[in-house]
Amino acid sequence: MTAGLLAQYVMNGLMLGMMYALVAVGFTLFFGVLDVIKFSHGDVLTVGAFTALATYVALHTAGAGSRWLELIAMLVAAILAMAFLGVLIARYLVLPLRSAPPLNTLLITLMLGTVLRESIRLFYPQGANPKPFPALLPKGSIDLGGFNLRADNVLMLAAGAAAIIGLQALLNRTKLGLAIRAVAQDEETARTMGIDFTAVVLVTFAIGSALAAFAGVMNGLYYNEINFGIGLYLGVIGFSAAIIGGLGSVYGAILGGFLFAGLQVLGTVLPFASAYKDVFAFAVVIALMAWRPTGLIQEKISERV
Amino acid sequence: MSAPSPPVKSASLVPGLIALTAATAYLILLLAVEKQTVVLTVIAGGIVAVLLAAWLRLLAPVSQSFAAHEDGLGVFAILAAVVLGLYFHEDHFVLLLVITVMLTTVATLGLNIQFGYAGVVNFAGASFFGIGAYTSAMLNAHTAIPHLIVLVIGGALAALIGSLLLLPVLRTRGHYAAVVTIAFALLFKTFLEVNDVLGGPQGLQVRGMKILGWSFNDNIELGWITLSFYMNYFVVALLLLVIAFILVRRLERSWIGLNLDAIRLDEVAARCFGLDIARWQITAFLLGNFLIGIAGALFGMVGSFVAPNNYTFADSLILVSILLLGGIGNPWGLIVATIIVIVVPEKLQTIQEYRFLLYAALVIAVLRFRPQGLLPRPVRRYFSGSPR
Repeated sequence: MTAGLLAQYVMNGLMLGMMYALVAVGFTLFFGVLDVIKFSHGDVLTVGAFTALATYVALHTAGAGSRWLELIAMLVAAILAMAFLGVLIARYLVLPLRSAPPLNTLLITLMLGTVLRESIRLFYPQGANPKPFPALLPKGSIDLGGFNLRADNVLMLAAGAAAIIGLQALLNRTKLGLAIRAVAQDEETARTMGIDFTAVVLVTFAIGSALAAFAGVMNGLYYNEINFGIGLYLGVIGFSAAIIGGLGSVYGAILGGFLFAGLQVLGTVLPFASAYKDVFAFAVVIALMAWRPTGLIQEKISERV
Repeated sequence: MSAPSPPVKSASLVPGLIALTAATAYLILLLAVEKQTVVLTVIAGGIVAVLLAAWLRLLAPVSQSFAAHEDGLGVFAILAAVVLGLYFHEDHFVLLLVITVMLTTVATLGLNIQFGYAGVVNFAGASFFGIGAYTSAMLNAHTAIPHLIVLVIGGALAALIGSLLLLPVLRTRGHYAAVVTIAFALLFKTFLEVNDVLGGPQGLQVRGMKILGWSFNDNIELGWITLSFYMNYFVVALLLLVIAFILVRRLERSWIGLNLDAIRLDEVAARCFGLDIARWQITAFLLGNFLIGIAGALFGMVGSFVAPNNYTFADSLILVSILLLGGIGNPWGLIVATIIVIVVPEKLQTIQEYRFLLYAALVIAVLRFRPQGLLPRPVRRYFSGSPR
């Protein structure tokens, strides 16, 4: 294998890994504050991508000129709308089910994901077909000895990294972050210290869902195509990534995201047919679960007997 | 001075009989009507009737009667199914629908052992159903194994392949266990799609069932009456359902069922009482997958076609939603929920397109407002007629 081809594989892996990590971080945040899995997360991503597309179509028909303006408008619209959707889901579906068995929360959010997905398929114009997503980032590329380093990929990676670093800064350096960590650590104590539990939970769901919207736009820009099913696929992968990393740990989610992407890329390179890359990746997930039942980075409270 | 009244009056058989008869008549009506407006009216009428009965407090005697005379009413229910089958003896489509309901119920009975009794989550039900179906496709095409044994092999293979998941399923808890089965469901579907031996995305034809030279795919001529060939499958599916139902019911009432309940409800306490958690979880997982696999193997032959798209994660979710809708742990509830989930969308052609949306909305509503399901699991009874 040439160095150029290898660099290409690494680049693919990094792009996929960044998207998976952004989704996985959402799962980890929700689990951290509320100990629940919000399985509609992937479909929130889809709705975010479609919101961005609709914004683009609206702006384009209205004749807004600059590409950058369109791109920023898409991102802002998708992120705000999904943050709001995340708050609604937390407020009306997740919080009321706190006392119910965890299976119920898992199922109700899985079913909500189906509702979102099917709604796009049925009610978005021609929603059942894949939709072209505009390529708004600069298309230039530099040739590095057989490997084309594309400007749009570099920009997306940088933006994704910025989002994750921003989240870290938010969690570790702000009062809000302190409140979120306090709730994640111990809900009762956090309440006694005067933290508004419900508000923190809602804000956390807004942040996680905004990250999903960001990942959705990134996915659209990367493949230049979106369809109503991307969320289910990305959601399951993000969930698996969060689980392999260890739920409740942001670093674990990032590690899991890049690990899963690495497995998929490895699956395409390995001698047996590349068609089996997903089979390979999911089989490794199952094996990893057998080896480390609570993820590679242990959950913060592992003994709860 | 009056004689003291007996402390507990044994519930009468009559309300249960009336309810079953009414339900059967209603089902026949629903299956017989074709015009969309009439179908809508019948369904609306059914909902109103149930709500009215609940409002008039007529449902309590029915459930008491079911609790007290389950065996007798079970025989009557089989009779009702036979009447239903004979009524539609010429109608291929309706019989196929009824067989689908019966086999889906068998599959959800398997899931019920896992989720409902042992508390082992399984989000790959449709995959194990698919393993059964593909088994009958491959074995019927390439071997001369008798088809009744093929059914058993289908179940055994589903249990065997499921046992690959045992280690991760046993070691993980809660969400972590869910991801194992979800990953398996996705892995299985992708595997079927890329594997050429198993037909790839196009799937495979399945040869019809044959028992002792009796081909199931021929219509039956009895003198002047012609029965649809589906009547053959109807009989086998009904037998399978009855056996699975009795098995699950006996299991629940036995000490095994008690053990399973104990480990679901409180693992630590169960361990303190000396129960081997892993052993019972393995038993429940394998037994459940065995039932699902048998149902799948028969369904492969009934449908005479298998393709990866029928065994996706979404289909597994439908199985789980039937379980929740019916009320986890209650086999009678499963039958009702399966009929609702399978028959209503088939009859209402206008909502076919929206059926996934409607299922999902229905399950959300049930989980949010009636988390115990439509027919929740009653307290275990050992003596008929004993008070609650």
